[in-house]
Amino acid sequence: MAASKRKKALKEVFLESGITVKPVYTNKDIEDSGIEEELPGQYPFTRGIHAEMYRKRPFTIRQYAGFASPEETNERFHFLLKNGQTGLNVAFDLPTQCGLDSDSPEAYGEVGRVGMTVDSLADFEIAFKDIDLNQITVSLTINGSAIVLIAMYFALAEKWGYDISQLRGTAQNDILKEFIGRGTWIFPVDKSVKLVVDTIEYCAQHVPKYSPVSVCGYHIRESGANPIQEMAYAFCIAKAYSDGSLKRGLDIDEFASRLSFNFDIHGNFFEQVAKFRGSRRLWAKIMREEYHARNDKSCWMRMIAGGGGGGLTKEQPENNIIRSAYYALVSTLSGTQTMALCSYDEAYTIPTKKAAELSLRTMQILIHEMGICDTVDPLGGSYYVEALTDQFEKEIREEMKKVDEWGGIEKAIESGKIQESVSRQAYIRESGLQDGKIPKVGLNMFRREEEAKPVDFHPYNEEAAQTQVDKLILIKQNRDNKLVEKLLIRIHNDAVEGKNLMPVVIEAVKAYATVGEIIQTLKDVYGEFQEPIFL
Amino acid sequence: MKILLSKPGLDGHDVGVKVLAQALKEAGYHVLYTGLRKTVDEILDMAIEQRVDVIGLSILSGTHLIIAENIRKTMDDRGIQISWVVGGNIPAQDVEALMKLGPDKVFPTGTQLKEVVEYFNSLT
Repeated sequence: MAASKRKKALKEVFLESGITVKPVYTNKDIEDSGIEEELPGQYPFTRGIHAEMYRKRPFTIRQYAGFASPEETNERFHFLLKNGQTGLNVAFDLPTQCGLDSDSPEAYGEVGRVGMTVDSLADFEIAFKDIDLNQITVSLTINGSAIVLIAMYFALAEKWGYDISQLRGTAQNDILKEFIGRGTWIFPVDKSVKLVVDTIEYCAQHVPKYSPVSVCGYHIRESGANPIQEMAYAFCIAKAYSDGSLKRGLDIDEFASRLSFNFDIHGNFFEQVAKFRGSRRLWAKIMREEYHARNDKSCWMRMIAGGGGGGLTKEQPENNIIRSAYYALVSTLSGTQTMALCSYDEAYTIPTKKAAELSLRTMQILIHEMGICDTVDPLGGSYYVEALTDQFEKEIREEMKKVDEWGGIEKAIESGKIQESVSRQAYIRESGLQDGKIPKVGLNMFRREEEAKPVDFHPYNEEAAQTQVDKLILIKQNRDNKLVEKLLIRIHNDAVEGKNLMPVVIEAVKAYATVGEIIQTLKDVYGEFQEPIFL
Repeated sequence: MKILLSKPGLDGHDVGVKVLAQALKEAGYHVLYTGLRKTVDEILDMAIEQRVDVIGLSILSGTHLIIAENIRKTMDDRGIQISWVVGGNIPAQDVEALMKLGPDKVFPTGTQLKEVVEYFNSLT
């Protein structure tokens, strides 16, 4: 009697994904999971893609950085590297992301505001000065104009005498998620995918160690998607790029091992861990069963996962330091390859130096003090985690079927179906946060009533913006303008003929053709995306 | 009341503006949305064409003062009189400077949905 009464009093628990959580899990819950037979580093990689994981080498720390001018960015890079960071993650300003030069009228007030400005190869030469491109892996956070920026990176490496067949690094270059969240699309959906596939094809043939695409569930989740949608849509997107590459005649094993993922972490701790473990298994199965990948590496869900800005609050911002530490723990327990944490001030500004350093230290404490790297997949075998892992695998598969019913990911983006479903989810989440149904410390509980103290902002450097424009004028005066013109015409013609544009774009950036000039040339051929409006 | 929500500038963060659109619709308002990356002129054209009562600008990239100045000037130049409000990632210390540029209201970071809905309710 007493027992049944207590049972009734227990509240029901639903995860954000809609999965119900039982008060206790036992071995019965994981009977069919097959996890007992599975080892890390073995297909289907639920427990991790490497047999020894962090015992052999801890995850790569790669904070997002990029400030105003290439000069400042270079300075920040050296600061981070001196402090033990092993990879660089470059942020670009909005004009660069949208394919506009800093002297374009639409760029006014935006130059260098949220990241580094790049007009031409000259800016890369400054930003990467005295950085050994063989020692450090650089990640370019660029999408709409990615083909130009990737070309620029390869051009820089060639110019500086590196063998690009040995060059490592990553580009975000996931345009499909830009239509769902983040919004720096330029061209229509099919042409956008074509450009991504151009980079995959070129890398497979010439820069095989480079990861040309990092598919981002991250921004889809930040736009409101629940964890199941985050993974499902990301996998649909990765499949779209794979299908495009296969159509070019590439073999799946020629490129799949270079595809990587960027995922989000905020919300329920165990839900996130299970999300990654279940997804890793599912992705392996998709690659092997649907795409017949023979190479195990093609089946790896390699990822960068760290903090999710969506979990941070502007209220009591110091709490974000604690949250980020938990997110880092989740990420480690989920077997991430690379980590980047949001800084505590990121809910309202781009990180100050102090905040960026704290994020770095958070990860270093985890690696060096907590013993977190001693053994692989320490949560493996937990009844709860394994049961959730199984459920995630199943639910993500179901969600992917829905996208198929909408005509596939490209159609579902063109029609706005995906955006609409994510947006609806965002409204549910925001309403939940505001009425307290979704608990958030400092926001809808344990609020501090006194006036918030002023916080440090990363200042906008107006002078640097003008300097950038002046520099651009100078570059246009000093380059071989006849050559640039000739190469822009070739880009136009190659685009009309549907050729792979990487070779000609590399040539053009070497001649100091600008981001804006190249993107405008492509706009003339492809047109621009017409955003579906739904309310 | 007819409200036009807009995204001026290059900023692509549209979660907030779409959530607000939902909330205002549920509160019974006729809501229109411009989509991303509109120039001030495009926003004003749409506002006139659709005869809206209020324009809402959503800005998260930090360019709110520049854009607000631009819309003020363009409205003066074109002789347009429509009320407008600004929201997004607006630091509290910028509210005063923004208000001087002529919007009817600024909703800084951390504003609750219901505060915005109540504001519009107070206009009717």
